[in-house]
Amino acid sequence: MSESPAIELRGISKSFGAVQANRDIDLTVTKGTIHGIVGENGAGKSTLMSILYGYYTADAGEIRVGGQPVRIATPADAIRAGIGMVHQHFMLVDDQSVIENVMLGSVDGLLTAASLRRTRAALDELGQTYGLKVDPDAIVETLPVGLQQRVAILRAMVRRADVLILDEPTGVLTPTEADDLFRVLGRLRDEGRTVILITHKLREIMAITDMVSVLRRGEMIATRRTADTSPAELAELMVGRRVQAPQRTARADTARGPVRLSVRDLALTLRGGARPVKDLTFDLRAGEILGIAGVAGNGQSELLELLAGTRRPTSGDIRMRDRPITALSAGERRKLGLAHIPEDRHHTGLVLPFALYENAVLGTHRDPSLGRGPFLSPRAMRDRAAGHVATYDIRPPDPALRSAGFSGGNQQKIVVAREIERGPDVILIGQPTRGVDIGAIEFIHRRMLEQRDAGKAILLVSVELDEVRALSDRILVMFDGRLSDPVPPETDERTLGLMMAGMTAP
Amino acid sequence: MNDRSLPSWATALLIPAINLALAFLASGIVVLIAGQDPLRAMQVMATGAFGSGEALGWTLYYATSFIFTGLAVAVAFHAGLFNIGGEGQAMLGGLGAALVALWLGDSLPWWAVLPVATLAAALFGMTWALPPAWAQARRGSHIVITTIMFNFIASTLLVYLLVNVLIVPGRMAPQSRRFGDGGQIPDLRGLFAALGLDSGASPVNVTLFLALLAAAAVWVLIWRTRLGYEIRAVGHAPAAAANAGIDPARIILIAMGVSGALAGAMALNPVLGEAGRLKLDFTLGAGFVGIAVALMGRCHPAGILPAALLFGALYQGGAALSFEMPGISRNMVAVIQALVILFTGALENMTRPLVQRLIAAPIRRA
Repeated sequence: MSESPAIELRGISKSFGAVQANRDIDLTVTKGTIHGIVGENGAGKSTLMSILYGYYTADAGEIRVGGQPVRIATPADAIRAGIGMVHQHFMLVDDQSVIENVMLGSVDGLLTAASLRRTRAALDELGQTYGLKVDPDAIVETLPVGLQQRVAILRAMVRRADVLILDEPTGVLTPTEADDLFRVLGRLRDEGRTVILITHKLREIMAITDMVSVLRRGEMIATRRTADTSPAELAELMVGRRVQAPQRTARADTARGPVRLSVRDLALTLRGGARPVKDLTFDLRAGEILGIAGVAGNGQSELLELLAGTRRPTSGDIRMRDRPITALSAGERRKLGLAHIPEDRHHTGLVLPFALYENAVLGTHRDPSLGRGPFLSPRAMRDRAAGHVATYDIRPPDPALRSAGFSGGNQQKIVVAREIERGPDVILIGQPTRGVDIGAIEFIHRRMLEQRDAGKAILLVSVELDEVRALSDRILVMFDGRLSDPVPPETDERTLGLMMAGMTAP
Repeated sequence: MNDRSLPSWATALLIPAINLALAFLASGIVVLIAGQDPLRAMQVMATGAFGSGEALGWTLYYATSFIFTGLAVAVAFHAGLFNIGGEGQAMLGGLGAALVALWLGDSLPWWAVLPVATLAAALFGMTWALPPAWAQARRGSHIVITTIMFNFIASTLLVYLLVNVLIVPGRMAPQSRRFGDGGQIPDLRGLFAALGLDSGASPVNVTLFLALLAAAAVWVLIWRTRLGYEIRAVGHAPAAAANAGIDPARIILIAMGVSGALAGAMALNPVLGEAGRLKLDFTLGAGFVGIAVALMGRCHPAGILPAALLFGALYQGGAALSFEMPGISRNMVAVIQALVILFTGALENMTRPLVQRLIAAPIRRA
């Protein structure tokens, strides 16, 4: 290859205070390829891409674009250098039209008319060349997620990005939408553009990339031709040791116990008239993991809140062990033996500025064993936290450390330890391994299976289809606020994918 | 998460010290522009605030009020609420305390009146804080707006009562009659004398110890009780608190109630401790100064006490300044006080990134 590479990073280092996020990273991305970047959470992928896109400035190192050294201090510099970024959450203005969003940042002149005309023409052309068709006048928030992402991609391309960075692009997509995206990316590559794909899904890496680079703890561990590597090798490189895929351990129907949580015609209508949860009915039994699969945003979050008691249903009935709990508060439900490991641990699971020992008692802080009368004993809290730290291998093992200072996996362990150690009957778990490193995923999955075998009733809500299939005894697919009939975990991925997209199983 | 790389001593001491120095620097420039000698002004202020027993007495008198209002702002802040209504709550507190002093002051000794008056001041202050708290908790009306509005209502209410109801018949001044002896809280002349100081005409009084007691109580409440834990959880992460079975609406009402009670108790100091009667404008802006005190003291009693002392010194030293240096008007003193509030409170985060970089550098090299 005589042509100079699209992107060259040389010796990039970046630290935040005492934390070294990137250490002496070299990366070469060849023009006209799809280059995957994988790594555990906190491995430094996002930092590296933020440096390339000008959100952060590197402490040391050099960036070359098309062979020329460039200084990228702001996203505007990156755009000028021909780099575009599609964020995980798109960064679109929801209540504006597609064309207005695409123009964002490239409007010139006093009036917008000329820019509008030019953008419309550009959209037209891109739609024809790459099959990236989308109605320019549609309001963004009315579009399905897959099309919103397309708008974000179009925006980058209208700004003439030769290099497109995509950060975890499939997290919010159905399998079908993801396939569409990959087709588009393939076409971009064929047209000579360069794509950098950040993901933690090894399957996507194998399916679409030409090259793959692995980051671990801020360092570039390896770069491989995708054709020459395997998911097993990549996983090992990411973690630094061998990893076992979760074993299928579902049990026969007969092993399941009595109904612990029963939900009848549960519905939620929001003030604006939207109905995120529509007449759900299901039973959760002791000794089973009931998995709820589905693409994010189909009512799973609302369902969890309704069950946990932080949101009131519009109608319907929830019972725990035949006792109606619909009218009970979250606190009262907890007292009856309900535990909730929320899907957003930063927002709902933890009080981030609290020390570990303070978070270890959140929700059980009224326990008489934690202090006399109205008082709360710091020593009793620390003792309890120390127990969690030991049993759940929370690292660093420092109960006084602020919770925000732990990695994603360890934060999740703090929540899991707190909720499981209370000894509940029913455990609600939302996205248990989102943003959690592979080591901790294994650990958390093992705990869930142990709890199931101990006779707990577990409701697992996850957008990771692999996770739902590996852990669940039965699977319900949630789409547009409704649940499918239960299907066995052996159901093949294609069928589940169709159900997740709202098409009835064949 | 701005302070992730800053050691706690830097946030607690270094940054306030730097901000304070900047505030004095800016004040010095203002004084210079006015054609006066900034060094002499500084010296006059320091002497005016601490130079004699009487000066110290006045400084402590102001500090007493600021401790109460600083604690009030801090408690609300721990629940994530910005209580701007300390001023109005203090006015109502003064009304409650004055009613008790008028009622019992003629017949009972001060040590019997004080507990009842404290209770009344706290209850009245609490009552004034609860409607905005309720509107915030149940209706989502922003507490900053509602508490400001309640300040205006309180002020008007006080004027009405003093002009029409509590006024001494036949007098022009809108103030109540002087309380009986039981309605006067003793000053600290004896204590000062025991320390070899003469407190002169300064009104520093027993309420100072009540303020210190309140500071200790707030510390226990926030850091040692289950309720305080719930208040902090709601303040930091309402969703996490709700998920853990804590009712944020209930906590908002409780925290604002406590906050209002503390602001109300502040009134004991000027009303029963100094004036011995209910007058207009006895709050002296303490409700607002409390915001700066709480911010500078990082909402911790151990920080609020020195911050309150600083602002007490500014009030007293400022008065001395305008008295001794005629070239510096009262308005200029207000400017200096405002600059200190601006730098230590509102611009608290201005110097932080710089300090962060300076401190982080050697840590990284190590």
